[in-house]
This record gives sequence, structure tokens and C-alpha cells, in this order.
Amino acid sequence: MFRNTYDSDNTVFSPQGRLHQVEYALEAVKQGSAAVGLRSKTHAILLALKRSTGELASYQQKMYRIDDHVGIAIAGLTSDARVLSNFMRQQAMSSRMVFNRPIPVNRLVSSIADKAQVNTQEYGRRPYGVGFLVIGGDKTGPHLYEFSPSGNSYEYYAMSIGARSQSAKTYLEKHYESFMDCNLEELIRHGLHALRETLQQDKELTINNTSIGIIGPVGAHEKTAHPDGPFRILEGEDIEVYLKSMTPKESAEGAPGTTTAADAPAGQTGPPPPTGDDDVQMAD
Amino acid sequence: MTHITLTLCTNGQVITRIHLQKEYNELRTSVLALKFKDGIMMAADTLASYGSLARFKSIQRLQPVGSSTVIGASGDMSDFQYIQTLLDELTVEEFTAGDHHELGPAEIHEYLSRVMYARRSKMNPLWNSILVGGVKDGKSFLAYVDLLGTTYSASTLATGYGAYIALPLLRKAVEGREHELTEEEARKIMEESMKVLFYRDARSLNKFQIATVKESGVTISDPIILETAWGFAEGIRGYGAQTQ
Amino acid sequence: MPDGSFASHPQERQFNPYSENGGTILAIAGADFSVIAGDTRQSEGYSIQTRYAPKVFRLTDRAVLAVNGFAADGNMFVKKVKQRLEWYRHAHAKDMPLKAIARLIQTMLYAQRFFPYYVYNILGGIEEDGSGAVYSFDPVGSYEREACRAAGAAQSLVQPFLDNQIYFKNQLAAPNQPHPVHLPLSDVLSIVIDSFTGATERHIEVGDGLEIYVVLAHGRSVQGLEGVPGVQELTTSGEGDRVFVIRRELKKD
Repeated sequence: MFRNTYDSDNTVFSPQGRLHQVEYALEAVKQGSAAVGLRSKTHAILLALKRSTGELASYQQKMYRIDDHVGIAIAGLTSDARVLSNFMRQQAMSSRMVFNRPIPVNRLVSSIADKAQVNTQEYGRRPYGVGFLVIGGDKTGPHLYEFSPSGNSYEYYAMSIGARSQSAKTYLEKHYESFMDCNLEELIRHGLHALRETLQQDKELTINNTSIGIIGPVGAHEKTAHPDGPFRILEGEDIEVYLKSMTPKESAEGAPGTTTAADAPAGQTGPPPPTGDDDVQMAD
Repeated sequence: MTHITLTLCTNGQVITRIHLQKEYNELRTSVLALKFKDGIMMAADTLASYGSLARFKSIQRLQPVGSSTVIGASGDMSDFQYIQTLLDELTVEEFTAGDHHELGPAEIHEYLSRVMYARRSKMNPLWNSILVGGVKDGKSFLAYVDLLGTTYSASTLATGYGAYIALPLLRKAVEGREHELTEEEARKIMEESMKVLFYRDARSLNKFQIATVKESGVTISDPIILETAWGFAEGIRGYGAQTQ
Repeated sequence: MPDGSFASHPQERQFNPYSENGGTILAIAGADFSVIAGDTRQSEGYSIQTRYAPKVFRLTDRAVLAVNGFAADGNMFVKKVKQRLEWYRHAHAKDMPLKAIARLIQTMLYAQRFFPYYVYNILGGIEEDGSGAVYSFDPVGSYEREACRAAGAAQSLVQPFLDNQIYFKNQLAAPNQPHPVHLPLSDVLSIVIDSFTGATERHIEVGDGLEIYVVLAHGRSVQGLEGVPGVQELTTSGEGDRVFVIRRELKKD
């Protein structure tokens, strides 16, 4: 049952200096379906792949609104995510109550990272089994952060978490330099291309299994949002126009409008390369 | 020292008794503030009275908070000092975050409002009227908060007797001209208003400071001593003991 | 102490946690719209504290709340209502219906029954069936739905005027021409403006500025608003009910 000797108590280091419980928590994040986040000068966006347990089940919610200026996408245990997102909402509201200001996004992310850290150190606790991508907008522009159960948080130009997120990361690393000057539609197209990389071979992105979260001014295809661009989640029919804008997978996966099939690296059209972070079998 | 007895009647009326042993110093006199072209200006004298005794004559009542805000207080001196420690803790916390999200005057005012309202709701108020002013991100801000948690914002503000004596003068000079008044003109209006206050308010002092907040930051002047002339008093007839 | 006496025996002084900050609010419901208005003067005693302190607040795209009485309580109460509405949005991904907001306000007020918010609330907006509505509250939560209500310093001046103009009290209808049940928006706006200019004339605590919020039911045309100078739309989402605000000056003496 146990993979390691020093893994039953999260407060005890292994002789190699590792906290196995924390590492298992990071594995729990990788079990969750993927989420992708990226940003431009004007927007920060999230894209997530929703899972359902079967034909008769609904799709699991992957994105939460925290405040007008903050939203998250999750990968891992939904129940843990609800606890943490509720805490984030409380923090955001408290900032508005006491100072009448939107909470600075970096401080919000730090506050949950600090909570997560306590669970890696105190006896009788377990780490959270969920990771977040957090997007937010403040005076200094749009931001993207990753939060993980180890208590770490980092800011990124682009990031992905969850199952097969390495494939999305590879796409993002290849294209991130062009993101800054993208408009919203181009940014979403990049995000969808990255998210597509995390799919199993026979699956594709549909209006049912994809969520898009946005911070920044209203885009050309949006009808209902406020002009200031508070956090909003697009799902269902609203995202059809973006899915249709994608470059078909067989022909190319490239920067929108600029790439040709020749730019696609060899092997990208075949089955996804083994990356080592497929769903992990815990019990041996 | 303050002892409070709080009685609640079944009809919802609140009856409160506060037994004050009068052993405290008051910042009784006014604080004045106005908006001008480049920011805000605030003035207060340096007196803390003990009843009718002018007990401390060199107390600073204008306090910078962070790099874009100044507050000015009247009322109980010890309560104001407590508020200063609260704000000190707050600014240290902000500073250590070090993430370029410093609290501006609007945020400081909101925080003070929460504190003052919370204390009044516990029937244990902080006995002060406070003006908060500053400039941040090109916006000037000026607002009031008192022991009840009452707040308001205007281009001219005054606490205490200043609200009766100086505010009409300030409004006449400032209202509608907030965006054209120069710093020199604003200073002149302030000095004139402080002079009138000194002549009319028996519990005031002719020594005061002026704080200026502009985009470039907060400056608080050294104490200014007003030239006053009381010769005219000789000629006053018609009220008081001396009617001839 | 102001009296200057320095007797060594303890002195008794009361702390009164309340104040009264003047001003007046009113709301009128139409068939498919609602109008909520308030002046912007804030005063204490004979002193004007400020000429612009809003008393009317947009809560959602279909609900507007006017608060009058003790300003500190009013502002805090609005803040708390807004936070409760935000939690509702988090839980249900939609705005709270008007009648639910009304009941929420009653529970929040009654929770403070023995240390009340010294505030008179008037809630206006659009119900789920698309009808215009006004709810009025007393400080401890007693409430009812009405067609119109005035509250605050000049309630005793404005309410009789509304009774006459909205409910047609003491007016005889012409033969075969019964009084209308609902007035058109343009008529309501005129009545609101007349109410406040009148109250400003006759009450010292009313004046300076006027803010009129108009909530229109989903799908209703802007008839009655077009041509009105200085209308500003405050709606946040594209479909559904719409909120507008009209600002006017009132006499400042």
C-alpha cells in the first residue's frame, strides 16, 4: 500500500529531506482535469477542461468568481477548493469593508499560500489537495498566479495545472512571448490551443466541457458584460465563437494567423508524447 | 478615566451613563481643511487644553499617515494618541508588504470610519472629530469622521467651533474654485481663517501648523505664530459688563 | 470640559450614540418602472456638513435602496446589505429578487431590535413578474409594499402631496374618467422634482442636490427618459432590468 516509509505523517521529513505527504498532495492536483492561464497587457484569462463522471452526470465546476477583480480555476479536490475559495471571498469582502478597496491580488494569493503552508507543518493536518490558477486585475494591470498545496505561489506570464498540463505548458512556452500584445480573441485562441494539448486522444473541446474566465475589457464577441471588465465566466453557447476560431488540430497548432503547417514541430500531430504526468496510480 | 454604565430597556431605548472623572486633556480647538489646485491643505493650532487651562501649548495635531495622507484631530488627546498607534501599526504592516499597494487617504478614512463606528456601537467611543486628507493617483481626497462614525466629504471642512466661524469663510473662498486656487492663495485663506478663529474662539492659540499634501508628498510646516492686535478691544462698547 | 467647572466629584455625562442628519427620500412605483429619489444635503443641527452625500444606492440592476436618518447607521447598513447580496451572487450566480431583498432588509433591521439602526429605508425596483414596486421600512424592520412613500425630514410635507398626486386623495374623478392606477414615467418624474423643490423651499434640512434613480423593467422602452437632460445608465449586464440616474441641482440656501 505505502510507496514510502516516511509518508504517513506530513510533519516528518524523509532522510532525503522530502515531505512525502506534500508531494502526494501535488499529485492530487495532477489528477484533476487541466486548467490553463495566460495574460496580455490588457487581459488575464483562464481556460479549464470540465469533467463529468458519465453521460448522465453534469460537468464539475472548474472556475469560481472571488470578487469583481479576481477569479480562479481549480485542479484537484473540488471540496478543498470550495473551502479555500470561500476563504478568499471572505478576505476580498473584508478588504472592501475595512478599506473600501479591492484586495491586492498578490496579497490574496499569499493569504491562501500561508494557510496551505500551515498544513504542511502542523501535526494532525493534511495538505490541501487542490491547486489554483488565480487571475486578477489591479492598478498594476492584469496578473496570473499559481497556488499549490505546498504553500508556494508564483506569478506567471502563462501557466497550466492538472492532468497532462505539461503538454499545455510546452505550447505556452513556445508562444508566450507573443501573448503580451494579443487582443482578447487571440489570447483566448492561444489558451484553447494550449488546453487542447491536455486532451486524451479521442476527445475534443466542446461548449460543454470548456470554461473560459476573463479579466479585462469586454471583447468583440461579448454582449453582456460590464465595460470595465470585471471577472466573468463564459460557458456554453457563449464560447462557441471562440472554439470555432481555433486552428484545426490536424493542419497546424500555431500562433493564430501567423503560422503555417510548416511551423508545426514534428510529432505534434501524433499522439501526445509521454510526459510523465499522466494520471498517477497511487497504489502499487 | 471613564466609567460607563449601560442600561437597556425593553422598549429598545438605550440609557447610558458615563462617569467622567475630569482628568483628561482635550484638543478642543478646530481643525480646518480645504482643497486647492494641486492637493489639500489642513491647519490646526498646537494647543491641548485641560478644561479652560491651556495645559500644553506645543502639541502637534496634524499627523502624516503613509506618504500621501495627513490626518488632523480634535477632541480627546489620549484617544487621538491611541488612534495614532493604530495607524502606525497599519502603516508598518503596509510597508512590510512592500508591494506598491500603499493605503491612500480614502482607504485610511474608510478604516478610521470602521474603527470609530465600531467603538460607538460598543458605547465606548473614541472622543474625536478627525479630518483626513491627501492626494493619490492624481485624485485629491478630503473627508471627516467623528465619534459617532458619521462621515462626509467636501472641498472645505472644519471641526469644532471652526464649523461655525471658519467654514463659512472657507466655503466662500473655495467652493467652485477648487481647481484654480494656487497653494499661495490657499495658504492665505488658511492663515486668515485661523486668525479669525483665534480672535473668536477663547480656547484657541495663535500658534498653528499647516499641512500640505500634493502628489509629491506630505509637508507639515513648523509652527506659525500669528501677529495679532488687540487694540481695537479698547473701543468696543455695547455688551458685557462695560456698556458705556 | 466646556463648562469649565473643576469640581473633584465625578461628573455624569450621557453618550448619545445617535444623531439625525436630515434630508428626505421618496419612491414611486409605476406599472413597469420604479423611481427612487433623495436629496444630497447632509446636516446636523443648523450646520450643513456637506452638500453632496448620496442617500440613494444601486444594489442590483433591479433594486435601488434609499436610506434616511442617522447617516453613519445608514452607510453601514447599505454596506452590510451589499455584502449579503454579494454572498447571494456567489451562492446562486444571479442577483437576489426584489421581494427577497425586502425580506432580507427586514431581518437585518430586526436583528438590531434593541440597538436599532436609526434609519428609514425605502426600497424600489422591479419584481420578478416585471412590475414596479416600492417597499418601505421602519427602523426595526416593519415593512410593506406600497405604490409610493416619502420619508425623512420633509416626510410630513411630501407624503400628503404624493397621496394627492399618486393616490388621487381628495380628488374627484370626472364622470366616466376614473383615476389611472399607474402614472406614466414622465408624470412621475415631474412629481418627484416638484416634491423636492417644494421640500427645499419649506424645510431647512432639504436641498443642495437631487438624485433620481429610475429602474425600468426588462424589455420596456426608455419612453419618459428620452430627452431628459443628464441621464446616466448604471446597468451592469446587457439583458434584464435597467437602472438610470438623473441628477439635479436644488437650492443651496
